[in-house]
Amino acid sequence: MKDEVLIQVTDLMKTYTGKNTVHALAGVDAQIHRGEVVVVIGPSGSGKSTFLRCLNLLEFPTSGVVNFEGTDITDPAVDINKHRQKMGMVFQHFNLFPHMTVLDNMTLAPIKLLKKSKEDAEERAMTLLERVGLSDRAHSYPSQLSGGQKQRVAIVRSLCMDPEVMLFDEPTSALDPEMVGEVLDVMKELAREGMTMVVVTHEMGFAREVGDRVLFMADGKLLEEGSPEAIFNHPQHPRLQDFLAKVL
Amino acid sequence: MGFFENIKTSLALRFEKLAAEFHLNFIQGDRWKFLLQGLGTTMVITVLALLLGVALGIVIAMVRSTYDKTAASARPGLGRKILGFFNGFCKVYITVFRGTPVVVQLMIIYFVIFASSDNGVLVASLAFGLNSAAYVAEIIRGGIMSIDNGQFEAGSSLGFNYLLTMRYIIIPQVVKSVLPSLANEFIALLKETSVAGYVAVRDLTKAGDIIRGRTFSPFMPLLAVALIYLVLVLFFTWLIGKMERRLRNSER
Repeated sequence: MKDEVLIQVTDLMKTYTGKNTVHALAGVDAQIHRGEVVVVIGPSGSGKSTFLRCLNLLEFPTSGVVNFEGTDITDPAVDINKHRQKMGMVFQHFNLFPHMTVLDNMTLAPIKLLKKSKEDAEERAMTLLERVGLSDRAHSYPSQLSGGQKQRVAIVRSLCMDPEVMLFDEPTSALDPEMVGEVLDVMKELAREGMTMVVVTHEMGFAREVGDRVLFMADGKLLEEGSPEAIFNHPQHPRLQDFLAKVL
Repeated sequence: MGFFENIKTSLALRFEKLAAEFHLNFIQGDRWKFLLQGLGTTMVITVLALLLGVALGIVIAMVRSTYDKTAASARPGLGRKILGFFNGFCKVYITVFRGTPVVVQLMIIYFVIFASSDNGVLVASLAFGLNSAAYVAEIIRGGIMSIDNGQFEAGSSLGFNYLLTMRYIIIPQVVKSVLPSLANEFIALLKETSVAGYVAVRDLTKAGDIIRGRTFSPFMPLLAVALIYLVLVLFFTWLIGKMERRLRNSER
């Protein structure tokens, strides 16, 4: 099962033209297999967030192909919104909708896009909230939650759409240290259940423990990839050795 | 006669004179009806202009903010070029209508563009509406641009297209933040319509002026006009304050 390619990225480039032209992605090839947890690490400015945001086209790549479930989603003729429904995304700053309760945050997309009935959507949302220990906050507003609680809500909001893959963009970077654990626990649980995950993070412990494969990026390039054991214990590329020496 | 009697008579005389003026300007020949009809006309123009201004303003604001907000994620192509064209048009529209006096716009629209129309109230409403749209557009655009980009991205990542993201996620947040400014625009508009007399519309200001022309006594009618505007503005300000408190309370 793990051999089925879910996302195939080919020669992905993203260039920001302006006063100084920046090559955020300078030709990246990568594969995400179904059921796999891929962790992307690298120094800041290495292009790892841009890489992740190109997977669901929040950033439109300058060139290259992103193939999701056999469809080239960079093709202008493709309805990207249909595909995004199957690619959940969790952001550094949660991005919950402040004018809605937790429950409404979670049921908005299933009701409006999947045309689920309100009852079905709420039932599913409550089940998910229970699993992350937040069923008592269903009728709270985001402003009444802690950072860790907000991020857990953001994760289950994406899960409500029953995505094929979950993209995490530094999900714990904006959290107070004591709240990082509760979010990572939810992500570990998700990984155990076999969810396909692409995680951009600075949590090396998480990468080591949960990751099936680790990608190391620097200067917009994918410099090394391999199992956590290979990446962390036998790094080959000098940039990776240098990076690990700084963060470990 | 004593000092006090002197003052008394003088006051009585003053009062009698005022009463006579009041009678002359408002009672005689039912001249107060001018003011009442003028007030009605002013309100009609203001409300029609506001409706047009808000409707058109929303469209302009959507075009402008869509163009700006989607700059990073947009796919290059014909759609982007068309949007770019409309964005340019809206920019010019806003520049022209905010950059020239509303009286001049009113006269151009009445005497040049709709020279054959004799429905002054409708043409004036159109002129003030077109003018107001430029201001409303900038208010709403400001509201949309002030919403964190993460909200748009969260909407997109769930699979909402741009318009649905606007409808379910952005606009509900924008409405709350721009309602007070829109209400203030309404008050400004109410006072701006006082130049409608330039195109032979008998609004409140013109009504006062008509009375002045008949009685040759400017004090009473103009004071009355000013008072009516003031009362209207105070009333609407009070109403807006109430509405704002309501909105704040509904936040939690």
